[in-house]
Amino acid sequence: MTNSIEELEFTDLILATGTNTTENHPVISSFIKRGIRQQGVKLIVIDPREIDLVKYADIWLCQKPGTDVAVLNGLMNVIISENLYAKDYVAERTENFDALKAAVSKYTPEYVEKISGVPANDLKKAARMYAKAKSASVVYAMGITQHITGTDNVKSIANLSMLCGNIGIEGGGVNPLRGQNNVQGACDMGGLPNVYPAYQQVASEDAHKKFEAAWGAKLSTKPGLTLMEMMAAAGKGDIKAIYIMGENPLLSDPDLKHVEKELRNLDLLIVQDIFPTETTKLADVVLPAASFAEKEGTFTNTERRVQRVRKIIDAPGEAKEDWEIISDISTKMGYPMKYASAKDIFDEVIKVTPSYAGMTYERLENEGIQWPCPTADHPGTKFLHKDRFSRGLGLFSAIEYIPPAEWPDEKYPLFLSTGRVLYQYHTGTMTRRAVGLSERYPESLVEINPVDAEKLGISEGQLVKVTSRRGTIEARAQITQKSTPGTIFMNFHFAEAAVNILTNPALDPIGKIPEYKVCAVKLEAA
Amino acid sequence: MEKKRIPLTIDGKNVEANAGQTVLECARENGIFIPTLCHYEKTTNVGACRVCVVEVENARSLVASCCMPVTPGMIVRTDTPAVRSAQKMIVELLWSSGDHNCLTCEQNGACELQNLVYWLQIEKPRFEIEPPGYAIEDNNSMIQRDLNKCVLCGRCVRACNEIQVNEVLDFSMRGSHAKVGPAFDADYINSSCVFCGECLQVCPTGAITFKQAKFAGRPWELQKTRTTCTYCGVGCQMDVFVKDNKVIKVSGNREYGKPNEGSLCVKGRFGMDFIQHPSRLKKPLMRRNKNDELKEVSWEEAISFISDKLSAIKKKNGPDSIAGLASARCTNEENYLFQKFMRAVIGTNNVDHCARL
Repeated sequence: MTNSIEELEFTDLILATGTNTTENHPVISSFIKRGIRQQGVKLIVIDPREIDLVKYADIWLCQKPGTDVAVLNGLMNVIISENLYAKDYVAERTENFDALKAAVSKYTPEYVEKISGVPANDLKKAARMYAKAKSASVVYAMGITQHITGTDNVKSIANLSMLCGNIGIEGGGVNPLRGQNNVQGACDMGGLPNVYPAYQQVASEDAHKKFEAAWGAKLSTKPGLTLMEMMAAAGKGDIKAIYIMGENPLLSDPDLKHVEKELRNLDLLIVQDIFPTETTKLADVVLPAASFAEKEGTFTNTERRVQRVRKIIDAPGEAKEDWEIISDISTKMGYPMKYASAKDIFDEVIKVTPSYAGMTYERLENEGIQWPCPTADHPGTKFLHKDRFSRGLGLFSAIEYIPPAEWPDEKYPLFLSTGRVLYQYHTGTMTRRAVGLSERYPESLVEINPVDAEKLGISEGQLVKVTSRRGTIEARAQITQKSTPGTIFMNFHFAEAAVNILTNPALDPIGKIPEYKVCAVKLEAA
Repeated sequence: MEKKRIPLTIDGKNVEANAGQTVLECARENGIFIPTLCHYEKTTNVGACRVCVVEVENARSLVASCCMPVTPGMIVRTDTPAVRSAQKMIVELLWSSGDHNCLTCEQNGACELQNLVYWLQIEKPRFEIEPPGYAIEDNNSMIQRDLNKCVLCGRCVRACNEIQVNEVLDFSMRGSHAKVGPAFDADYINSSCVFCGECLQVCPTGAITFKQAKFAGRPWELQKTRTTCTYCGVGCQMDVFVKDNKVIKVSGNREYGKPNEGSLCVKGRFGMDFIQHPSRLKKPLMRRNKNDELKEVSWEEAISFISDKLSAIKKKNGPDSIAGLASARCTNEENYLFQKFMRAVIGTNNVDHCARL
């Protein structure tokens, strides 16, 4: 997030798109709902599903899945043609406005209605409401990113925010809600193929030299493979060994049948986890790890706040903290890693990670600190890009709408969108073991609009078969208005109804993110 | 601009407050104790319980300090026989109209009604104890409700509507039949309740309790540790309560402030069973050949095998034939070390994690 969670309660307007906040980030949704009910915050929801937030919204734009760029361009088209944009801001703080203006000019509300199904008048109303807000925050999640145009979608959100002067101000910003406790931290720490900690490029000569010196080792300047590319390379035999720490790609990756084949092709698969998973079954070595309750350390939340994790109980059996296991392997391989504690490692992290440089465990004791925090006396950063963007001027991108890789046709007439539900989490390894949560959501359900259900003769609770070009799964039907006609929704929490057998592995060319939010399926009674 | 301060006197002490502040807020800021029960910060002051009554000179009767705005020159007394007598009467009425049996109550030792009884030195209520006789609601595994212990303070209603804004709970019925709950007097499990548990956290008595913590440990036996939730990216700060190396329950804590201001969701509060689930991995497992079954081995054996294999693959096929997945579930320290291992020890940048999934 460029801005902070607390700002959502006191801004003027929130545009929520591709985030089912009440189910996936319930506590953030409370800030939003309090703002609406108690502070007069306005809410625009752009989402193909009638999610709970719609109940609190002033305007709901229900677009066809995967048509986000068209809708966002349409909003900008109205804002520019009605002269509602922040002219001073655009002039002083951004560049490439003319290209944006040219690109969005053809996305008239009527044209956008044809593509997205969003009524032209609603689009105009939403555009005016957004443009007239003193501060407006865009919140989004995987509903924006898990598309072949994920990067385009995010850039379009940035375009819209900059157009109305909403980046670099309190209550504004472009705010992705991160779905996992430390996905922000894993990125910050360089758990990515192209960057070292704090996003220092592996291909940059300076960064390369710096880390060779810091670590006393020869390093490669060649950016590595992304997860999906690794799997493909494993399938081809180019990757021989994969070491997986705390992930379950055999339920979370798209087109699972392929992934399984690829992982089976490896000479060595090492999996370090807290539970046996679909992935540990294929492993050559399974290493028992300590859970978050059994370790010291830090997580970085979605608003860049670095917070302490504390050991509460002892790990079961011989399970060890992940950092101890890595250290042991490293030391055995001739590169001694002698850390006494997580704090020791953090002390090394801050030396090579400029955005964390001013943090210490002592400073984090009572309240987390938001990066960038470059020095010991820096209070941390509530919102980014104040007065100046990291790159200087904010760059508008001219973006054209590209339809999703798969569109419903005669054979596969429905859209399938996927995501999470309130009571379960990710691949279910943790939540499915919770008595209360499983009581509330014991099995996977296919959310179907009553219109579609009636057409197909499907009733509540009936077992149905969902088929895509890649496979078939079965689950029970839940007839609900939350799904709009023509679109069904499934979660990816249950291995026995693994929705990623159906999903399309088509990737965003830059972000390499799979298109989990749109594929074409056929639905029938099982 | 400097705000105009309003002078008043509380218990003979000259104090100042901002316009719009209540007598209770002003007293608390100045270290003067006024007992409360229904009051809950950052929610509407409702003056439901009247436990916070004070004497205000020239007022016709005792006033609820939580709802009384300060006025210039106001003279307030918090500790007079009339105040204490009223408070005793109120607390005795609350006590006698419910089933406040501390012997079996989970909140024993952490109950605000119990604390009031003790603080006001009440031996027993002057009225006959007549609980309403509601059935205990225990048809879900997370939240137990015993409305016989409800004092109708309305904190749960405000928590649900004003803090979490889930808009599920409200009062229903009237007079001595009044009760709190979801619409149509439904049980939580049959309502639109999303089990965030905020009601449980704010309940001053044992009316709404953490079902799984029942009989698992008394409040004073539990050790509390603050940590960061392991589920989504909000990073909620929470207290985990432990007894004998076993997690008993989880609670939010408003004192920790950002980012969650004391709130939690259903997963953070009720989703921690996994920590002590019997199926946790406890020993390293290994197979030397693809067709073998995974077998338990020692750490030494597992680490040597990995080291030998990785070294051999690196030598034969080069470092870029090895890849690693870091984890959005692990700590910063562990992710840092993991990518350092892949880059400095293996010699490849083939490191990613499931940020995109």
